Amino acid sequence: MIELQDILETNRMIKEQNLDVRTITMGISLRDCADPDTGNFCRNIYEKITRQAEKLVQVGEDIEAEYGVPIINKRISVTPVAIAAEACRTDSYVAVAEALDRAANAVGVNFIGGFSALVHKGFTKGDLVLIDSIPEALARTERVCSSVNLASTSTGINMDCVARMGEIIKRTAELTKDRDAIGCAKLVVFANAVEDNPFMAGAFHGVGEAEVCINVGVSGPGVVMRAIEQVRGADLGVVAETVKKTAFKITRVGQLVAQEASRRLNVPFGIVDLSLAPTPAIGDSVAAILEEMGLESAGAPGTTAALALLNDAVKKGGLMASSHVGGLSGAFIPVSEDAGMIAAVERGALSLEKLEAMTCVCSVGLDMIAVPGDTSAATISAIIADEAAIGMINNKTTAVRLIPVPGKTVGDSVVFGGLLGHAPIMGVNRFRPDDFIARGGRIPAPIRSLTN
Amino acid sequence: MKIVISVLGRDRVGIIAMVSTVLAENGVNILNLDQTILDGFFNMIMTADMAEAKVSLKELQEILRGKGEALGLEIRVQHADIFQVMHRV
Repeated sequence: MIELQDILETNRMIKEQNLDVRTITMGISLRDCADPDTGNFCRNIYEKITRQAEKLVQVGEDIEAEYGVPIINKRISVTPVAIAAEACRTDSYVAVAEALDRAANAVGVNFIGGFSALVHKGFTKGDLVLIDSIPEALARTERVCSSVNLASTSTGINMDCVARMGEIIKRTAELTKDRDAIGCAKLVVFANAVEDNPFMAGAFHGVGEAEVCINVGVSGPGVVMRAIEQVRGADLGVVAETVKKTAFKITRVGQLVAQEASRRLNVPFGIVDLSLAPTPAIGDSVAAILEEMGLESAGAPGTTAALALLNDAVKKGGLMASSHVGGLSGAFIPVSEDAGMIAAVERGALSLEKLEAMTCVCSVGLDMIAVPGDTSAATISAIIADEAAIGMINNKTTAVRLIPVPGKTVGDSVVFGGLLGHAPIMGVNRFRPDDFIARGGRIPAPIRSLTN
Repeated sequence: MKIVISVLGRDRVGIIAMVSTVLAENGVNILNLDQTILDGFFNMIMTADMAEAKVSLKELQEILRGKGEALGLEIRVQHADIFQVMHRV
């Protein structure tokens, strides 16, 4: 027997508080597509992706209609292209990116992730070809997302790659400068990347994954905020309990959608990712949750503590609601995709340095941050190195998605539209790290005891 | 398959009759009905079984949406599992 109150509560969450399932992402292995001829390889991957994902969008839309819960995105992740395409006798994978774009377009998904390389210890030939192809690939495609994992807790940081990625990000910005450097919004640099992340731009289908799988990312910052509003003035233990209960409910919906999608597509269920993913919509903001907890603005002293509480409670509540939890699982703090974060930057409450501190306690990193177009490659590399160090030492995933917007500086803003939102250009520390970055090499893997 | 039909709108004569008639015509069996008037607004939650239904869930949604719009009502038809999983461990 379902109670009237329960039905009203669920439908209020959906209608008024932006409860949705953020993404159903189908992971597809491309390891059996290898061919020395790039044309054949592209045909193989196009054929495999369009065959496997043929019904993905339709099934997503059916579930959305039947259960009455919005499923915002249907997406695809594939085996890192640097691995899948490595047998190709070529010095560019741009044609591969274009084949991925065509496949994504054919099945109607808005993003396909996996134009990726895993180089946390070193580069193979294919890794180098892939990384050098990124700027042109992102400029010439619409739906392809790229990621590079350049550090891990067990291997340390590949500083040669850190240096190279600063240049690659600058070049990507340059090639897409007519669209406010949107190429950079589709490029993530990771430490400790996970193999089953359903969220873009960092999704790829890891080498330890099954042939095909379904991963689901939930959302619901608006629902969490409304729940915290109900306990105004209560102590933080009560706040944490409230977030846990809400996260449980949100995640149960994600689990239901994941199981249904898996059953209807006849594809194994992988994981539910317990991330609080904001959107630019009013009332769908992680920053607003922090402010509801009692901070005048996101970025104020206390922000890191509030975020730590929130992130931990979301996981504790969500874990019991799903049979398999994975992916990034944490609160996202992308600036351009969160109206509250944008407002915090605009009122001067939130700096790049505070964002960096926040990434120590939550997923995922410096995300969707627009910086002045004259920020040097070495400075971008150094920001990446700092973020990778946080991930490496704390045994967690961290990421950098910076957008150095050509011709723009602090005081300007950029508009990407849709879920990518808009962003004020944030100031960057002007002191130079050039000689540090130029050293290259590897930062050794860290000690795992004596961890103070 | 169990479904939940929720109806929201300004109160008037014949709302329950209209919804019930549509369900009866399409072989959908009503299991439970809970209805209240809040500030002049009609609120109804109906659970029903589609085991013997002559239409699909999508088709029923379309029929009720059309009838509801004509009377100024918002009618949602959802698979009941979403409420079960969210509120029952």
